[in-house]
Amino acid sequence: MTPPGTQDILRVLPELAWCGAGVLLMLLQPFVKNRQALTFIAMLSAAAGTLVTFKAAFGEGFGGLVQCDIFSLFFHWLIGLVAFLVILASDSYLERENLDAAEFYALILFATAGMGVLASAQELLTAFIGLEMSSISSYILAGYRRDSIKSSESAVKYFLLGSFATAFFLYGIALIYGATGSTNLRTLATADPSSNLVRLGLSLILVGLGFKVAAAPFQVWTPDVYEGAPTPVTALFSAGPKAATFALLLRIFATVHAATDFWFWAFWILAVLTMFAGNLGALVQSNIKRLLAYSSIAHAGYILVAMAAITTAKNSDSGLDPGAAYAAVLFYLLTYSLVSVGAFTIVSDLGGQGERYLDTDDFAGLGTRQPFAAAALSIFLLSLLGLPVTAGFFGKLYIFTAAVKSKLIWLAILMAINSVIGAYYYLRIIVVMYMREYKGNLPADAPASLSPTAAMVVIVAVLATLYLGLAPNHILGIVLDPNLILSAR
Amino acid sequence: MELSGHLLSVLIFFPAFGALALLLLRGDDEIWIRRLTFVVSVVEFVFSLFLLRAVPINAPGYSLVEFARWISAPPINYHLGVDGISMFLVILTTFLTPICVLASWHGVHHRIKEFHVTLLLLEVGVVGVFLSLDLFLFFLFWEIMLIPMAFLIGIWGHERRLYAAMKFVIYTMAGSILMLVGIIWLYNATGSFDLPIIQQMLHDGVLTLSTRTEMLLFLAFFIAFAIKVPLFPLHTWLPDAHVEAPTAGSVILAGVLLKMGTYGMIRFCLPLFPEASHRAAPYVAVLAIIGIIYGALVAMVQPNLKKLVAYSSVSHLGFVVLGIFAFQNISMQGAVFQMLAHGVSTGALFLLVGMLYERRHTFEISEYGGLATPMPHLAAFFLFVALSSMGLPMLNGFVGEYLILLGTFLVHWKWAAWAATGVIFSACYLLWSYQRVFFGEVTHQKNRALPDTDTRENWMLVTVVIVILWMGIGSPFFTRRFAVPCQTVLEQMNRSFAQEARLPGSIPIAVKTDSSGRILASTATSTSSERSGTR
Repeated sequence: MTPPGTQDILRVLPELAWCGAGVLLMLLQPFVKNRQALTFIAMLSAAAGTLVTFKAAFGEGFGGLVQCDIFSLFFHWLIGLVAFLVILASDSYLERENLDAAEFYALILFATAGMGVLASAQELLTAFIGLEMSSISSYILAGYRRDSIKSSESAVKYFLLGSFATAFFLYGIALIYGATGSTNLRTLATADPSSNLVRLGLSLILVGLGFKVAAAPFQVWTPDVYEGAPTPVTALFSAGPKAATFALLLRIFATVHAATDFWFWAFWILAVLTMFAGNLGALVQSNIKRLLAYSSIAHAGYILVAMAAITTAKNSDSGLDPGAAYAAVLFYLLTYSLVSVGAFTIVSDLGGQGERYLDTDDFAGLGTRQPFAAAALSIFLLSLLGLPVTAGFFGKLYIFTAAVKSKLIWLAILMAINSVIGAYYYLRIIVVMYMREYKGNLPADAPASLSPTAAMVVIVAVLATLYLGLAPNHILGIVLDPNLILSAR
Repeated sequence: MELSGHLLSVLIFFPAFGALALLLLRGDDEIWIRRLTFVVSVVEFVFSLFLLRAVPINAPGYSLVEFARWISAPPINYHLGVDGISMFLVILTTFLTPICVLASWHGVHHRIKEFHVTLLLLEVGVVGVFLSLDLFLFFLFWEIMLIPMAFLIGIWGHERRLYAAMKFVIYTMAGSILMLVGIIWLYNATGSFDLPIIQQMLHDGVLTLSTRTEMLLFLAFFIAFAIKVPLFPLHTWLPDAHVEAPTAGSVILAGVLLKMGTYGMIRFCLPLFPEASHRAAPYVAVLAIIGIIYGALVAMVQPNLKKLVAYSSVSHLGFVVLGIFAFQNISMQGAVFQMLAHGVSTGALFLLVGMLYERRHTFEISEYGGLATPMPHLAAFFLFVALSSMGLPMLNGFVGEYLILLGTFLVHWKWAAWAATGVIFSACYLLWSYQRVFFGEVTHQKNRALPDTDTRENWMLVTVVIVILWMGIGSPFFTRRFAVPCQTVLEQMNRSFAQEARLPGSIPIAVKTDSSGRILASTATSTSSERSGTR
């Protein structure tokens, strides 16, 4: 292997920027006591990591370990944007909960770097490193509120189950290596697809990645971890790792050519189980964080519907073009990430110190108490529900269209049924906020209004949600770009 | 007309601008909020009257078409157009909205600004539904309009408002998601969301649907519309929604929202899926007849006055569905007329019930009795509206029911015979409830001192009464405007049979549209009945 040159470095520049900034923040901690300064540095680093993607050189880096293409750039942008918003939203949270800022931001940046590696991995071992980087940072972030039992429980649960999943993933890589003599995705593409060893290896990888995106039946950790983790961290979990893992899934299962029938059914079953697990679970939740956690499971299910559409369209004799389904996944991930970050930010601010006011009953009368927060949360919920003029509507529409185009009528109908189930619990929150009065007296320490930083994040997310819902043309042009799709193949 | 270039856009978005202007007012500035909303809705009504001049009477097809590209992939366009059917439904909407503002003058006390903003946004959605020619745009307005309506019920409703609001949304949404699957399926087959383009493709035989596909697509659309109508057995959300909604909500719900379902059937189900419509027609007709009789019988035993009116809607809308699925020009004209007449009459009944509620805060019939003594004016108005609702000749309800029964009789006399019983039942429940509420001795001391209608209420009711009377006497004014659109729908339906039967190049049935609506109706009927006879 040749020693890495400048080109190689350029191809991992975002990751280097994020990691370097993380280390810098840790070093600054003893000297800089001002939390806002640290927030500012962290935000700058997140943005810098995103912006240096412009400088990136396309091509394979480090002898085929990473692949820098439009596809990975799209995900670097998305992940960087999520990190940027989460850091901005964390500022007031850290102040309220009296937590250290520097380490928190450093961990977020490390996790972001891991996700970046996942999105550009061209090699299963590189992907494993990315997965571990983001997972280990995530375990610590989940338990960041040390004095809270729930937060510790969240961290331990995430760690134990996450380690299992990683083990599955690693074992899958080992089997693939045994079958093909390589862990590179390009070699995998030429591997004999009917080989059972390859199939088993890929199945184990699918289990490991299914855990990360909270696909049923690997989703049981999600509500507990999402509930216990500090809310800005939950916002990160619901958006970043999910997007990055789907990026890897797209790369892997776009590479495996034949035996798509097997993968089609795998994704079909995963999608149906995940949608129902998420939506039925969410129906009975009263804690809003748990509710949004179940909703995030359901949305992973919707994306899996598009994955099923891709695998069936890729079937060589089907004659269908999977391009629309690819675009649907990318568009959905973008819209869901923005909406989810916005919604969790509001929840984080309304929770009050110690995250005590997270029951749906605590949201009663919010429409009159905090009109802005209530209106914004309503827009996010309606977007999650998929009502027109919001981003979520087009996200769902594209997946729907992709499923129908691939002749997956039953899957489309099951998805429609799930959307209706979803309508119930999303609307219930809106009903509580606008149509019910707060029972008894409001506790004195209940937050009176959104903090300025949280409000900024919320405004960005609201504008993005409405923009994508009214004029999705521009972003559509990007995700429908054939280069983008081809580079994933 | 310079205005006519964008008249439809103005009609859709003018109330939205009104709502924005309302947001600028202070929340406690009650009187100005009400005045501004009233002015906005009256101006909107005046705008909509321009449609009467702008839409030509004889020409088939859509007028005032507006077209702009909106989203590139999938190609969703901002495509608006109006014909005789949608024109009157828009006018009905804009007519009822100012009345709703007046009706809420004393009835709505809290969150007044939000109430009026919601009302105007609802108008945006409803008008948008009637004017959209792009399937997607239609779906979009159809969905958007749900939220303001749910808010009207859920915030300003009565005791069980949350339950009713949720039920309303879930029911409608279940249907509309099905419709979305249908729309996307259709898009997948045609590559377009544009209604005229899809119709043209079906007409030219570019697109042919297999019998099974057509049936499934028909059902996807039809169920969504049937829930909205509501057709028996999908009607259970309606009584809850009506009883819990505030007066304005009930008026809009009964007056306009239910018509969106029947409008959808005429505009989408019949022209797009003619064969499936024909195959489904006997079943639909049976459900409609069950709805007519069942709705009337349930209305008869209601102890709650508002629920009685709600069930009477189920019965009346059954007539409309029957008229549509008889596939006769005359019955379809009757159906459209009945949609308008029901909107005005039932809207007025809900207004009157609302006035009683404002005075006594109950809907229970047993709480009333002998009200004609303390409030003779209200009693007179109520009687007049009840008579129109039960279909007294010279009043609006008669024309629609008569035309529907006439048209239905031409093809299936049994259907008409069963449906006609509904007319009798409607007389029973309306007159019986009227007797219990207004006649006899005053049974409750509280009722003795109830005030009669005030000036505001008189104005509202007189307006409605004039319209009722005018629709009853001057019905050709209406029927001749939607005779051609109805004929167009039926021709679009018959195209698949016509392609075999009709000689190439033959001219479709000429429709006389000079002076009288009746002559016109009979010519059209004879031709179309001949054709259905040849089948």
